[in-house]
Amino acid sequence: MSQDDSVRMKTAIRIENFNLYYDQFRALSDVNLEICERRVTAVIGPSGCGKSTLLRAINRMNDLIEKVRVEGQIFVDEAPVYGDHVDLVALRRKVGMVFQRPNPFPLSIFENVAFGLRLHFHSSPAERMERVQKSLEEVGLWEELRDRLGGFALNLSGEQQQRLCIARAIAVRPDIILMDEPCSALDPVATQRIEELIRFLKKDYTIVIVTHNMSQAARVSDETAYFYLGKLIEMGATQKIFTAPSKKETEDYITGKFG
Amino acid sequence: MIRLNPKMTEKIVFFLLLVATLVIVIPVMLITVMILTNGAGTLSWEFLTQPPRLGMRAGGIFPAIVGTVYLVFGTLCFALPVGILAAVYLSEYARDNWLTRLIDIAIINLAGVPSVVYGLFGLGLFVSFLNFGTSIIAGSLTLTIMSLPVIITASREALNSIPQSFREASLALGATRWQTVRRVVLPNALPGIMTGTILALSRAAGETAPILFTVAAFYLPSLPTSIFDQCMALPYHLYVISTQVPNIKPGIQYGTALVLISMVLVMNVVAVLIRTHFRKRKLW
Ligand SMILES: Nc1ncnc2c1ncn2[C@@H]1O[C@H](COP(=O)(O)OP(=O)(O)OP(=O)(O)O)[C@@H](O)[C@H]1O
Ligand SMILES: [Mg+2]
Repeated sequence: MSQDDSVRMKTAIRIENFNLYYDQFRALSDVNLEICERRVTAVIGPSGCGKSTLLRAINRMNDLIEKVRVEGQIFVDEAPVYGDHVDLVALRRKVGMVFQRPNPFPLSIFENVAFGLRLHFHSSPAERMERVQKSLEEVGLWEELRDRLGGFALNLSGEQQQRLCIARAIAVRPDIILMDEPCSALDPVATQRIEELIRFLKKDYTIVIVTHNMSQAARVSDETAYFYLGKLIEMGATQKIFTAPSKKETEDYITGKFG
Repeated sequence: MIRLNPKMTEKIVFFLLLVATLVIVIPVMLITVMILTNGAGTLSWEFLTQPPRLGMRAGGIFPAIVGTVYLVFGTLCFALPVGILAAVYLSEYARDNWLTRLIDIAIINLAGVPSVVYGLFGLGLFVSFLNFGTSIIAGSLTLTIMSLPVIITASREALNSIPQSFREASLALGATRWQTVRRVVLPNALPGIMTGTILALSRAAGETAPILFTVAAFYLPSLPTSIFDQCMALPYHLYVISTQVPNIKPGIQYGTALVLISMVLVMNVVAVLIRTHFRKRKLW
């Protein structure tokens, strides 16, 4: 990409002086970073460094855990995520999430994708059908599943389930999709295909992906953020991080000397 | 200490386990056989559909059957919604603090309160204080209070067995907590909740003490017409004809007992069927 593009890049998520504590334990320390719109940002780092915590801080899934405390602020589209008057429903509609293990609801394929639509839109059955079709098309499931939308979602293969979960997330038209190790429960071929899907989706969505897999980060992402012990060590264009990191820790981790 | 060889120990343990199991099974079988052999002869269409006659020494037990059905149904109507709502509150909403723990302990202890105490409580609260009189509603509410701890505990277990990942998926889509409960958690927990509820109700159907002061009538030839009427009930009727009516044919007592345990058995079987049906459909 040219220098010109980067100037035009809009910030989708801005994290400012962010700290997160599980009770006494400080899982994130003074994180500052910006995530650009319509790009794939990879978050990498050794196990326990706070990748999932960071991701779940953006759509406030950490609220579910007791004794979590935060300092600092996160902005999604320049609107604060933490505060008394934040509309969690609106936030989570805007920021979708895909989990490590595919977790479709024990419902039909159709109802899985329509779940969010039923929550947020008063659409007619025809409109709903159209949305479901469009979402399934986007994730490349429509052709294989069009004749069995009534089938039970949990009978699908792991890869299909994960695609379905992505379809379920994009059905409500979020701006951002958070993915926490979305391929770690899948085989290499399925992983490759999900990666293709991620690259395809970035034309419409801002994607933040946590991954343990260095080469995956290199393959799918435009930007990479390296975390260690709850701190952001380095963030930059993926190509640069993987070829010429400016910090020694990053280099050690990427070259496998550590981690 | 003597050291037995492992094979010997194995045999002894096996024997003890077997004996313990038989200790449970044998009385159940004896009771069933005794009641069947002594009571089956009394069962007839008339016995099931006629009121008692001649000071309960003849006729049937129809009003008592109907009364017990009313009581079980009334208890279901009160206990199921309250039980589900309380369980949902405790499992899905309440944070883990001292109040929640106190409620937990209270529920566990309530399950151990003798049923006659519930009877007296029902007498004081529903019959006297709320002025329902001895009535179906007072009896049902008393049985409700008695069943709730079991229903709540079973419902919480059912709710806790729903994977957290379903809740997360729903909340992450922008569902509120209640939408998550209603659309994802409850539908999947319902079989477990129903099983627990039916088992609790089958227990309630056979209780005498809670209905003794709150609803049960010694003898009522006609059926109740409103929830503020008294009614007869099988367990109390059985108690009455076993202790208060001299020179009664034992067949009538055993027949009544047979009807009562059949009702309880049917409810238990339904509960087990629901459970196995949904287990087989293993969802996740
Ligand atoms: N609910 C919790 N309560 C207390 N500590 C927690 C909780 N969740 C996570 N932690 C701690 O916070 C730190 C960061 O956890 P997190 O799950 O964000 O790491 P991660 O980078 O996603 O790791 P992984 O790569 O293994 O998924 C870890 O040390 C973890 O033990
Ligand atoms: Mg993680």
